[in-house]
Amino acid sequence: MLNIDQLSRAILQPISLRFPDGCCIVVRGASGSGKSLMLRAIADLDPSTGQVSLDGIDRNEMPAHEWRRRVTYVAADSGWWLERVGEHFEAPDIAAGYLVRLGFHGDVMAWPVTRLSTGERQRLALLRAMVQNPRVLLLDEPTSALDPEATAKVESVLHEKIAAGVIVIMVTHDAAQAKRMSKRRYQMKDGALSEESA
Amino acid sequence: MTYSDLSYWDIGTAALLLCINAGLSIYYQLGVAKRLLIAAMRMVVQLTLVGLVLKALFATVSPWLTLLCALAMIAFAGREAMARQDRTFVGFWGYGLGTLSMLMAAGVVTLFAMTTQFHADPWYDPRYAIPVLGMILGNTMSGVSLALDRLLSDADNGRAKIEARLALGQSFRTAMREPLKGAMRAGLIPTVNGMAAAGLVSLPGMMTGQILAGVDPVEAVKYQLLIMFLIAGGTALGVFCAVMLALNRITDPRQRLRLDRLQLP
Repeated sequence: MLNIDQLSRAILQPISLRFPDGCCIVVRGASGSGKSLMLRAIADLDPSTGQVSLDGIDRNEMPAHEWRRRVTYVAADSGWWLERVGEHFEAPDIAAGYLVRLGFHGDVMAWPVTRLSTGERQRLALLRAMVQNPRVLLLDEPTSALDPEATAKVESVLHEKIAAGVIVIMVTHDAAQAKRMSKRRYQMKDGALSEESA
Repeated sequence: MTYSDLSYWDIGTAALLLCINAGLSIYYQLGVAKRLLIAAMRMVVQLTLVGLVLKALFATVSPWLTLLCALAMIAFAGREAMARQDRTFVGFWGYGLGTLSMLMAAGVVTLFAMTTQFHADPWYDPRYAIPVLGMILGNTMSGVSLALDRLLSDADNGRAKIEARLALGQSFRTAMREPLKGAMRAGLIPTVNGMAAAGLVSLPGMMTGQILAGVDPVEAVKYQLLIMFLIAGGTALGVFCAVMLALNRITDPRQRLRLDRLQLP
């Protein structure tokens, strides 16, 4: 259970939301409306006010890096800091089990990061976060660089994670994807979050 | 062997070389003539004034005047170190970070040298203390500004990498490991190179000066070694302090990357 109470920061109006385990919400809205800022604030990557707690434990009661391990933000174009793909994974063998499902063939873990396309980087960044088993995934346009086929693969893996109890907050531009992913859909407009009417 | 006094005529003829350079720059439109001449003029004025100040200072041997002079040198070094960085912290820390590190490093090393190796009487004799501080400070300043410049630009340019690591739950210290190593190296490499090349490629300036002034080369080498060790120690200490302070300042208790605390000049 993730509980967000009056979370607020510059540009963003106070947000209060509750997420039971295995819940997915999608957030849509124009560029610059504050979607990424909201995800970053939940992950405590930027200063914000208000309370955020996971399973009744406030995020300030644990060191920031432990919070982010449980509540993990994945940027649309996440960074890679070492030479080879595999070096970025905490458990490369667990990750390897997902590679084919995400559309990879061959030994991508041994590749240099520079060999990856934008879409490949995007899928691997999601996988990198996922195999650390966070309780909450904050996904910033996780399929923006993917074709429909690869998008379907990512969604199928995400559905499986959600069914296993992971909470997903997903920002997307794609209305059809929003419908596929969740019944709880929100709009961000000028920093104000509102629930979409069905 | 004794040393021979220089006449102003001797200095003037040496300055001719610079005028030739400036002429070449104007001819080939390299655009450095003006900066070259301004820098040369600054040097002449600054050194002449310093000569006069030192003469007065050495005549009085006052601890307070010596301290005042030392603090002024550190204050100038702090400004100079900040001016050499592409990015600095906003507010007090922009100036304070480098200056505090140098105050700490150059101060400690100079005090150490004055009270142990140099048998001056009194121990703070400005004839020793001020030139020693100057040499340590000059090198520490380069090291500190190189290290800070590297750390802050790597943090700024490498934001995606660092934040990806933070987002995955790594500690700030871990996420900054590569920029930290790069900054330490950038700050210390000039000193390491200087020690490695000493004597083979160049004769260090102080030793050259002493030899020109008639000192036995073996004695001059001993002094130079002492100074090199003090310089290396001071630079390492200053770079370490500056990088650690900067690392602290660029994050907060929630281990965020606070690039909002940086500014471009």
